[in-house]
Amino acid sequence: MTALLRVEHLSHAFGGLKAVSDYHLELAPGEIRGLIGPNGAGKTTVFNLITGIYRPDEGRVLLEGKDLVGLAPYEIAARGLARTFQNMLLWRHMTVLEHIRVARWSKLRYGLAGAMFGTAARRREETEHEAAARRCLAFLGIEELASQKIANLPYGAQRKVEMARALATEPRILFLDEPTAGMNPEELVQMMEIIRRMRDELGLGIFLIEHRLRVVMELCRRVQALVFGEVIAEGSPEEIRNDPRVIEAYLGKEIVA
Amino acid sequence: MEPHLHRPSGALGGGRRDRAADFARGVPLLGWLFGALLAVLLESFFGRDLADFLDLPRVPVLFGFEYALNKPRLIPGTLAFLFLVYALPLLLGARLLRGPANRIARLLAARAPGVALLLHLAFLYGILHLWTEVSDYRLIVAKITLIAVMLTLSLNVVNGFMGEFSCSHPGFMALGAYAGSLVTIVGFTNSAMFGAALLPPALGPVFFPLALLLGGAVAAVGALAVAIPSFRTRGDYLAIISLAFTFIVKSLIENLEIVGGPRGLRGQPDWANLPVVFVCTVICVAMINQFVRSIYGLGLNAVRDNEMAAEAMTINTRRTKMVAFLFAAFWAGVAGVLFAHVLRYVNPGTFGLQQLAEVLAMMYFGGLNSVVGSIVGAVSINLLSEMLRPLEIWKWIFIPLLLILVMIFRPTGLIAFREFDPLAWIAPRDGNGSRERRENSGEGK
Repeated sequence: MTALLRVEHLSHAFGGLKAVSDYHLELAPGEIRGLIGPNGAGKTTVFNLITGIYRPDEGRVLLEGKDLVGLAPYEIAARGLARTFQNMLLWRHMTVLEHIRVARWSKLRYGLAGAMFGTAARRREETEHEAAARRCLAFLGIEELASQKIANLPYGAQRKVEMARALATEPRILFLDEPTAGMNPEELVQMMEIIRRMRDELGLGIFLIEHRLRVVMELCRRVQALVFGEVIAEGSPEEIRNDPRVIEAYLGKEIVA
Repeated sequence: MEPHLHRPSGALGGGRRDRAADFARGVPLLGWLFGALLAVLLESFFGRDLADFLDLPRVPVLFGFEYALNKPRLIPGTLAFLFLVYALPLLLGARLLRGPANRIARLLAARAPGVALLLHLAFLYGILHLWTEVSDYRLIVAKITLIAVMLTLSLNVVNGFMGEFSCSHPGFMALGAYAGSLVTIVGFTNSAMFGAALLPPALGPVFFPLALLLGGAVAAVGALAVAIPSFRTRGDYLAIISLAFTFIVKSLIENLEIVGGPRGLRGQPDWANLPVVFVCTVICVAMINQFVRSIYGLGLNAVRDNEMAAEAMTINTRRTKMVAFLFAAFWAGVAGVLFAHVLRYVNPGTFGLQQLAEVLAMMYFGGLNSVVGSIVGAVSINLLSEMLRPLEIWKWIFIPLLLILVMIFRPTGLIAFREFDPLAWIAPRDGNGSRERRENSGEGK
């Protein structure tokens, strides 16, 4: 399989602190990869570097061979690299359907004239985008929440809305930052099923940060372990689980007397 | 009067309340307009005689507040006048004509919603026209109120929909007012300051729309000067830079002797008549409402609620903010041109903190992120401020007190975060069709 996304020699420092050094990644369509590591290892920083929120000091981020470094986050997102956030950055005054509709922003063609004068092109496009938004909601099984205000929804439903919002940008690659954080066992199973379906039915390449071993074990084909900004181990979930360096990073060195 | 914002009946018990709610629910907007038309017709034909009969000094211009606050003995007569001329015809007209009104509304809604909207607007204009014919004071109040609607709504685009705190509206208004006035005074009038007219005054009314556009455009260019340095940061910085902008514009004009300095500009031609102001207001409300309901407009809400997420969801946040800011400034500029031509005099002192406080008050009173809210806020605060004029200094205790109460009980304003769907407003209200419509439009709540 050829890599859709390829990250090479990515490094970034905050002042004197080396947050990420010489990071690399390859992701193919229909593949799920995982990124694990203790708190503060730089996992979210890796996400932010690739999605353009921070500009890396060194390295390249290639999507289908085109370098993304230096593009604004919205441009990177519009090229098909969508993400969710660890603390779900939802828009608190907006309804669920509005969340999904507005994520169609990069697909709009009717321009400002259409927005201000209400042209026929605008009506046609808005109808299409609303239909697309409802399909995204249907994919996650939350159509009935369309007109709800986001603040009124339970946590699990909010996670789904955030995922539907990311899907509405029509990504080819999806970055999920702790998609199951704070979920109960039932919601966890649902979320894993959704991630699998996004891989199988939409053919997305998925890269996820996760703390729960069970999710990583069941979903990911390959896993990277990040410690202090460096990938210390990479391999199948089974290999990672048994890797002494990973165990050391999480639990500390075993003292053999 | 808001035919559509009633609660489900029976919430508080009481048969009378139920009956009133049922009555209000069955009357379409067109029915209320019929009633209002009846009222203003009655006033324009019999108002003076009735005022004489009730021993009132004249027809109550702004619902009698202008003299009743000083002469309490006139209160009973004023109340009788208001009941006979306004309340009774309005309710009777709405009640008796609701059958035909519903039929017409249904016919129009099914065939041509656009025509239906225009018809309602024409009706509204007719009512306003008849109402303002009674006195010149009333006419000016009506025009200034319409201009206040434009100002409040355009400010809401930035402060409500986009969630930035901008204080530059008086500055934009001043730029528009002066740019527009210069065009009309230099071009079309013989003035002491600028000499004879450059163009025949007969061409004037044709050029007035151009003066309006120019005023808006100049304000938008001014907005660029605020936006470029301040949009790199958020929050307080924009507030401070925009406030500084207002002061810079004001003192710039004060020091420009060529436009009259602190004495101001006078002699604007009398082209901002009621139809012109009304049409401008309608275009402003329609365009802003179209904009904020589009996905582009929703982008503003996304930027407000979380900019990083907006950016991650493909929204070009910088462009979005810029467009909204310039758009708002444009309408503030247009409102400024109209303002100068309604009063036919401007001076830089008008566009200071007082003006800023007024437009902010109207916006927060009416409600953030809401087109209807801005209209309600501008109309109510503006009319109230005129009506309470006899209270003199007490007016400035009463109105702020009202604002404080609103902020305590409805912190985001009277009608905040509600979508304005004009077609739902004009829908017929006697069958099931209207109810479906209302549920569809209820998304915003």
